[in-house]
Amino acid sequence: MSQHEIALKINGETCTARVPARLTLVDFLRETLNLTGTHTGCEHGVCGACTVLLDGQPVRSCLIFAVQAAGCEVVTVEGLAPDAVGMSVLQDSFCEEHALQCGFCTPGMLLSAHALLQNNSAPSEEDIREAIGGNLCRCTGYKQIVQAIALAAQRLSVANAPTADLPKRP
Amino acid sequence: MTADAPTGFRYIGRRRRPKEDRRFVVGAGRYAADVMLPGMLHVALVISPHPAARITRIDATAALKLPGVRAVVAGDELAQATEPVFTGLDLPKMKRYPLAPGVVRYVGEWVAVVVAKTRALAEDAAELVEVEYEPLPHVIDPEAAMAPNAPPVHADHGSNVFYRRRFVWGAVDADFGAAPHTIAYRARWHRSATVPIETFGVLARWNPATQLLDVWASIQMPKFPDNLARALRLPGSAVRVHFDVDVGGSYGVKRGLKHSIVVGYLTRKLGAPVRLIEDRLDNMRGGDAHGPDRIFDVEMAFGDGGLVRAMKMRAIDDVGAYAGRAPLQLGKPVGAIVGPYRIRSVAYEPISVSTNKTPEEAVRGFGQSPTNFAIETGMDLIARKLGVDRVELRRRNLIRKDEFPYTIPSGSTYDSGDYHAVLDKVLVAADWNALMRRRDAARAAGRLAGVGLSCCLEPSGGNAAFEPLLNPKNETTTWMEGCHVKIDLTGAVVAAMGTSSSGQGHETLVSTVVGEMLERDPETIRVVHADSLGALPSNSPVGSRMAIMLGGAAAGAARKVKSQLIAIGAHNLDAAPEACVYADGAVALATDPARRLSWTQLVEIAHRKFHLLPPGMEPGLQATHVWEVPTGGALPTADGRVQMYPCYAFEAHVVYAEVDRVTGQTALRAYFVGHDCGVMINPDIVHGMTYGGIAHGIGAALYERFHYDGNGQLLGGSFMDYLIPSSHEVPDITIVDHCTPSPLTTFGQKGSGEAGYLGAPAAIASAVNDALAPLGLHIASLPMTVAALGDLLATKDRAK
Ligand code: FES
Ligand code: FES
Repeated sequence: MSQHEIALKINGETCTARVPARLTLVDFLRETLNLTGTHTGCEHGVCGACTVLLDGQPVRSCLIFAVQAAGCEVVTVEGLAPDAVGMSVLQDSFCEEHALQCGFCTPGMLLSAHALLQNNSAPSEEDIREAIGGNLCRCTGYKQIVQAIALAAQRLSVANAPTADLPKRP
Repeated sequence: MTADAPTGFRYIGRRRRPKEDRRFVVGAGRYAADVMLPGMLHVALVISPHPAARITRIDATAALKLPGVRAVVAGDELAQATEPVFTGLDLPKMKRYPLAPGVVRYVGEWVAVVVAKTRALAEDAAELVEVEYEPLPHVIDPEAAMAPNAPPVHADHGSNVFYRRRFVWGAVDADFGAAPHTIAYRARWHRSATVPIETFGVLARWNPATQLLDVWASIQMPKFPDNLARALRLPGSAVRVHFDVDVGGSYGVKRGLKHSIVVGYLTRKLGAPVRLIEDRLDNMRGGDAHGPDRIFDVEMAFGDGGLVRAMKMRAIDDVGAYAGRAPLQLGKPVGAIVGPYRIRSVAYEPISVSTNKTPEEAVRGFGQSPTNFAIETGMDLIARKLGVDRVELRRRNLIRKDEFPYTIPSGSTYDSGDYHAVLDKVLVAADWNALMRRRDAARAAGRLAGVGLSCCLEPSGGNAAFEPLLNPKNETTTWMEGCHVKIDLTGAVVAAMGTSSSGQGHETLVSTVVGEMLERDPETIRVVHADSLGALPSNSPVGSRMAIMLGGAAAGAARKVKSQLIAIGAHNLDAAPEACVYADGAVALATDPARRLSWTQLVEIAHRKFHLLPPGMEPGLQATHVWEVPTGGALPTADGRVQMYPCYAFEAHVVYAEVDRVTGQTALRAYFVGHDCGVMINPDIVHGMTYGGIAHGIGAALYERFHYDGNGQLLGGSFMDYLIPSSHEVPDITIVDHCTPSPLTTFGQKGSGEAGYLGAPAAIASAVNDALAPLGLHIASLPMTVAALGDLLATKDRAK
């Protein structure tokens, strides 16, 4: 099995490694780097549990080889919070709305939602459902997830205003 | 008492962030596949491509030559070293082992395992294992399997019928004879399952120095540690199951006993930690986690006004190639066999049949959702036959509020309810008449539109009364749950539960009820999952039982600790305990509240000042409480009457759907559910499970099916062909709460873990059939996929 030297940025930190050609990005994250927040639910590109950001775009890390991510910037759920002890507004909103149960789909869901909010500060319910349409959740029926993302959008717009005070759920 | 919201509680019923959520949103959940040990080995599976065959040769030479491969183990070796996997029915001739010894009985059955340094290597090597088979006759259709000359799935058992009995409760024949009307119909619930996003995974490590087997598994199974120890011929004290592993969804199916036996055996054989994580194909094909697969033949006898007097139901369940706990899913619905209706006599004939398919496992509701679908199909058919409005028909048949407690013909007593109130509430919320107008307008515009309705029960408080009911040799009447509560020297409260969680929010549940009892902020209460060696008895989160059973156990333990605090306070105030009041963690004299001992003082005395403790009191502040299911404890009567579960939640669904005339695709455009599960401990958690249960029910109604061809091949095995609903298929759902407290539980709570799933398939079928009614079409078979509805609509086109 051929081995390849790769360098990439993961959650802001540069990382170099020697990896087999057939190692998927998700296995690299989980098994090599111990970033176990990224999950696998199908390993065939449908469930979205393995979603990470690759150069800002949500991608399925089970469909990408680690070598293909060389030179890219990867963000996983571990890199969403502003610091090691806090939560992002989106993460906090997921807690506020109880947008999860078993939590297994949650990291992928958060990254899809994060990417949406980067591009659309006032998403409609349709926009939100579209953005998470490729992330399967078996627990929640999606309602509280949709609410959480809408709440995060609202909070972020308030936070960007001069007198920031995070609103609670309406 | 009936109220919209519970009153008089400090923490119960109030919105509160679940304790668990934070670790999940930062990616710090710890699932089975996240536990990694140095030197860990990986398992890949060699599976049967045949539905039935004799294994004539296994050659692992080439596989073993691959560098990094540590072992290849096949069925004969494992069967000699282990006991057969647990079986729920009395089937001494049906032996089930994790790896097939000699004969395979379904496509996907495990034949051998390959153990290697990496999963990829193990998979490479698995492809090099040569297995030769001699195909045997097989049977796929459950009714064909019941024929006397059918190919036997288990030749030693002598028949493919694992279980059959006809129960008669009440004067069924007389009621049928006297009734002016009857209907007979067939309802088909095809094989689907819960299919959590996390597959099953397990890691085991045998430590020869301590003679201890550590197990980390994504498990939700009653008595898992005991079953595993027994199968591995180890004492229970040599198996430590780590229940602090987060389980990525289960809803019944995460019962990987065979997986765990395999890794338990391998780690002892190889002296290294061994893990087995299913991939999605493993999970769907050989994970033994399919759900009920049922054919209902039902007759109902009713009066001119549509009041149903009697019902005969025959339920054939195709359990697949082996019987685990799954056949007992025919027994659980006995506890709500008449649904929420006043049907006074019932004949019920459950038949458990084996075929050459993947074995069935417990699925959310344990057989209740298919049964509810079968009953509700009849209710709609009766309404149609008599020309009575579907809502009105249900109103006439629903048990009335003043009739509780209400005993049904099969012996279970429904604790409480106000079904008419819940139905009325949801009709108002949905604006039933407006929905009808919307439907009629859509029809006028040429579309197929329908409004659906279902009413059903969620029996809760999970007991195991179906075990002795379906297997008289099994006298299990105990199904307890335990909790340990302590206050440490710093004054902090810690509660320990004895099972893992798969998203139900048990830490929130326990901290809320302990906080309620001790009047301490639940935020400050730590809840831990004790491992199986340290845990009190638990029967795991099955049968919608934890709000009732774990909630009751935690409250009971907290109550004992509270009485210790009161006793310490009273002793030091020179008063009788009855003369003292407990408030916010302090104990004061009722007549002179200024004379009090604070929480800190009480804790200090308990932990440090033996001289101030009441004589005879144990030092420290801790208590355990293990309690039996309320109303449980009795064996069934000879005619099979039994109290199944204690508490009964009620739900009424209203859904508006349109079916595309050309493609047969169903779109759900409005969804409402009225729900009464008594007092909710945490409303966000209850609502979340209900939304999720409905989404799951949408899947069972419209999309999900494990389909087999006549050669016994599973057509599918990925999320590309087994379709679970996404955010596009699940509409916005509105829940309307109602609260009828249970008189049997600590706070009036009932269960809710199966909510939504139990009534959604029936309601959606009702809507689709309403949409099809103008064409004179009817379908009583789930899932109503695009293909199924498209074919049905095509018959109409051809007839034109
Ligand atoms: S694991 Fe990558 S999409 Fe399912
Ligand atoms: S929270 Fe369990 S799968 Fe989404």
